[in-house]
Amino acid sequence: MGGGLYETSLPQGPQKRTKLQQESQKSFPAELLELVGSEGDFQQKLAEAILQEKKDFTVNVHIATSLPLPSERDHLRPQIDMIVFMIDIKNKYSLKNVEDSLAYVDAKFFLGKVCFLVTGVGRVNCCSVDMNAVWKLGENYCSPVLFCELELEGTRVATAQRLLRMLQICAGYVPGVSALYFSTLMTTFSS
Amino acid sequence: MKIFPLVSNLNLPIAICKDTGRPSWGLPFGRARRRSALSPSSRLPPAPRRTQVKAGAAEVAEDTQRTAFLLRKQWTLYSVTPLYRFSEAHLRDYSRLLSAFVAAEKKKGLAVEIGGELDIKVSVTSLPDLKGSDRDQAAILVQLSSRSSASPKNSEEKVIWSGWFCCVAGDELSENLPEAFTCLPLFLVNGAESNTAIVGTWFQKTFDCCFRRLSLSPFNLSWMAAMWTGCKVDKPASATELVFSVPRLPHPLHISYAINLEDAQALWATIQKTPGEITQEEVDVFMDCLYSHFYRHFKIHLSATKLVKVSTAVASAHCDGIIKFRQSQYLTGVLMLLTELAICQIQ
Repeated sequence: MGGGLYETSLPQGPQKRTKLQQESQKSFPAELLELVGSEGDFQQKLAEAILQEKKDFTVNVHIATSLPLPSERDHLRPQIDMIVFMIDIKNKYSLKNVEDSLAYVDAKFFLGKVCFLVTGVGRVNCCSVDMNAVWKLGENYCSPVLFCELELEGTRVATAQRLLRMLQICAGYVPGVSALYFSTLMTTFSS
Repeated sequence: MKIFPLVSNLNLPIAICKDTGRPSWGLPFGRARRRSALSPSSRLPPAPRRTQVKAGAAEVAEDTQRTAFLLRKQWTLYSVTPLYRFSEAHLRDYSRLLSAFVAAEKKKGLAVEIGGELDIKVSVTSLPDLKGSDRDQAAILVQLSSRSSASPKNSEEKVIWSGWFCCVAGDELSENLPEAFTCLPLFLVNGAESNTAIVGTWFQKTFDCCFRRLSLSPFNLSWMAAMWTGCKVDKPASATELVFSVPRLPHPLHISYAINLEDAQALWATIQKTPGEITQEEVDVFMDCLYSHFYRHFKIHLSATKLVKVSTAVASAHCDGIIKFRQSQYLTGVLMLLTELAICQIQ
């Protein structure tokens, strides 16, 4: 599904959607979501859940273990619309990884295009990470902190839906709501 | 698989302490309120800081006699909600009632008993020394001892099960309780699981309380490792040992990291800023130093693994909620930390 606009014609006779009209819905450029985290399996599963969701627009998901991204493919990479940093509370190294990766993110992303996703919250007894440090991270970088559990399919799907909605806003496809406004709203509600 | 890195000659870098310039919270020797791990808050709660575990005062000699049986045994931890209408004056009555209950439970479902019938005697006593301050409730000890009736002349009683309730510095919970409730949030058990279930059921029915297994998260275990390393021990003590479990592997892998006690204490001495007080940052720096040392030698990120057991000269703790006390002088200090964790779990 490439870019470009297709002209739509009114349906004739019984309601029949032509292939042309279906294609016109997908005429916006694809949105790119970047998932950064040292997790591996769950990152993959979350990406799949996001791609399986029913949506009107094309979404590409790029998975990285850390930033910076290799510079060889810079010219091929489309613009990133939103970055999600994944922190596993069972894994202290994932927090350190995210903290180190944040240094490579351009400042303009912190105007609502970054979010922290804390995973593994179903297993509080295995918590290795200081929650104060995570909250502080969210506060310092003015970005919302979301909690989820990726082991369960239900919450995985719910998280995918939330992220998709945020991605739509970040890419500017929800009229009246900008990324910065939305992230301010999120941060105010969580505090 | 056990990996033993360099135990002596630990040439560690001087700890890099990131001073955030945060003002001191609370009293110098007080304890800031600890929030539960995942509760969001309007403002960041003050970073938890705790008092260093202190050795008991001079009258410890007497206490050690009475509490000596608590040492070097594996105790399983439970958190208990406040007991309703529990009175220390009626301990004898409770013993009798509990004996009857235990006897009834044991006989339930047994058609034929093979061998000598075991008479189980229950004793519920108070341990007045095990408490933090006068505001705390004295510890209550429940013991099941058996005497084989096959040789009635031999009146040796063998303790088959012990459980004790205690509360050390549990002001956070006890100060807001109505009159009729007794605050004894920590319960330690040594003995068969079946007996634990019987005694637990009786207490739950009689005092309307709730028992829950207290697990120790890796986060809490790292606090214990740092806190207990700083404690001075007289006798030549064993090394500080940390056991890690590596997740998501086809075959389970445990890594055991043993550190010479003097080296660990030297490291902690360079990190701790205020004697008698420990902050989250200091604990983080301590653990990061140990992890980076390990990484330098073995190229394994221990921070990505799960800390399951901490074993020091003072005590050893396992993530399943199992504790072993090694030094009587630090018993109250360790109980204070465990009481705090139990209260956190209840709230």
